[in-house]
Amino acid sequence: MADKRTYEVIFIVDPATADDEVMRLSEGVQKIITGQGGSIVKTEMMGKRQLAYEINHKKDGNYVLLEVEGSGSEIAEVERRMRVNDQILRYMTIRVDEARRRAQKLKDRRARKAAKKPSNGKGKQTAADFGSDEEAAG
Amino acid sequence: MSSNYEDRDRGFDGGFDRGFEREYDRTMPRGPRRMQRRKICRFCIEKVDLIDWKDVKLLQSYIPERGKILPRRISGVCAAHQRMLAEAIKRARNIALLPYAAD
Repeated sequence: MADKRTYEVIFIVDPATADDEVMRLSEGVQKIITGQGGSIVKTEMMGKRQLAYEINHKKDGNYVLLEVEGSGSEIAEVERRMRVNDQILRYMTIRVDEARRRAQKLKDRRARKAAKKPSNGKGKQTAADFGSDEEAAG
Repeated sequence: MSSNYEDRDRGFDGGFDRGFEREYDRTMPRGPRRMQRRKICRFCIEKVDLIDWKDVKLLQSYIPERGKILPRRISGVCAAHQRMLAEAIKRARNIALLPYAAD
């Protein structure tokens, strides 16, 4: 069992907070993660965008996305901190490594299939063929 | 093929953003089977293995005005991809990228 897990952490910061304050918050989160033994793969400031529905009577929010690698304990810590932070309207953590591995497997299988069956009906494969193929696989 | 009928069965790839909103027309004669275009899964064609919940533009094309998830009997998405799609939409809703309900 590989215990390295990958997560996507996204959180929405109050729109009233200044940009550098958002930066600071994001850095704070990253520090917690690295402090707990995790590592940051990617950071993305998605910027201010409209919320699809109101959260705490706010109509928009600053989105920050992090991709984190770690054991899972740092996620617990970060979520605990975010829960008590009033500036963070909402947060969500998604574990992505399993889904990605599954996707990779599907891709590999397709590649193998393509290699095994050299294109006899080249360019003649219809969309319907693909459709039924996939359905059987799922 | 009457134009009315065609409209409803067009499903995903045609003018679906007005087709699916229409109430199923029960007054239509149920007579001989009409030629139905076979619905095809767009994700299978594009060989999508993972539907990203951050891809709001893509997800939005599968939520009609009301904000519900478009059923696959209308969109033609295959079962495996519909599961992925539903999951992604639900995640996007949670983080306010998509509405739970809209009107």
